[in-house]
Amino acid sequence: MSIFRFFQKQSSAPTARERLQVLLAHERASVGQSDLVAILREEILAVIAKHVEIDDERVSVKMDRGEHVTTLEVDIEIPVTVNIRAA
Amino acid sequence: MAKVIVVTSGKGGVGKTTSSAALGAALAQRNEKTVVVDFDVGLRNLDLVMGAERRVVYDLVNVVQGDAKLPQALIRDKRLDTLFLLAASQTRDKDSLTPEGVERVINDLKRHFDWIICDSPAGIERGATLAMRHADVAVVVTNPEVSSVRDSDRIIGLLDAKTEKAERGERMEKHLLLTRYDATRADRGDMLKVDDVLEILSIPLLGIIPESSDVLKASNIGAPVTLADSRSAPAIAYLDAARRLAGETVPMSIPGEKRGILGKIFGRRAA
Repeated sequence: MSIFRFFQKQSSAPTARERLQVLLAHERASVGQSDLVAILREEILAVIAKHVEIDDERVSVKMDRGEHVTTLEVDIEIPVTVNIRAA
Repeated sequence: MAKVIVVTSGKGGVGKTTSSAALGAALAQRNEKTVVVDFDVGLRNLDLVMGAERRVVYDLVNVVQGDAKLPQALIRDKRLDTLFLLAASQTRDKDSLTPEGVERVINDLKRHFDWIICDSPAGIERGATLAMRHADVAVVVTNPEVSSVRDSDRIIGLLDAKTEKAERGERMEKHLLLTRYDATRADRGDMLKVDDVLEILSIPLLGIIPESSDVLKASNIGAPVTLADSRSAPAIAYLDAARRLAGETVPMSIPGEKRGILGKIFGRRAA
């Protein structure tokens, strides 16, 4: 059986299996994290919104997980006609 | 004690509605009072698959919103006295189901039925979370195909986070129903094998439904697979799966798998 297999074209199921295992391992690791990003986003925005008017749509919060270091990137666009609120 | 089962999947088109109808009918064929509830508001199909499309007067949304009483909306199957259907609405408003309303309806149903099968919409949005919220047991329907397996993994995560059971700190009982399985192609190495999918998703196996033209035939005539031809391969697989749901130990066989001359004894066990 396995000798016949040897001459056949490479079958696709083992590739599928391997791809899924890699992908899901990655996705499972990042599930808890995406929640953390959402929480951070909300709380950071709340703090800034106390002082500056911000447009919710113009905010991006990203978390990059590197091998040695994880970075949190917060990008908030502040309108030109900024209304600095008295703190 | 009524048991609430959600039939769910991440990806659409993998056989949730077919499976809900077939499992519901199979449980009802055991003389246990069963209702199948269609949660796919906006894209209702369960009534069609069960052959009751012309008998829908009131639907789930009507009951949830209090426009109709539960007995008015329950449709009794023409073939089986013990099988009922609660159809979905075709309204486009996906938000017409409220969490409180759904909870009330499920609690009402629990008083009258042994089994409540919730046919979930695909995806991870509101409709799907509402359908799984009150479930005791989840049946995750998956095709042996990469996108389906991946989305099932998401759904399993959701079942462990967004259900009443999970919130109470209990473990959600989850089972895998592998549909459209073709043993010949799996043997050839061109389809993920049962064991591959089980290893990747690591939830116990409820059943393997073979790829079969009988499934399409049954939906064409509007009958659950197990009622259309109870001796067809997919019907036998669904009937076995229903017995496992009911707590029986039924040996697992891979339908359509070629056997050796001696005929391998079906060795796989239901987990």
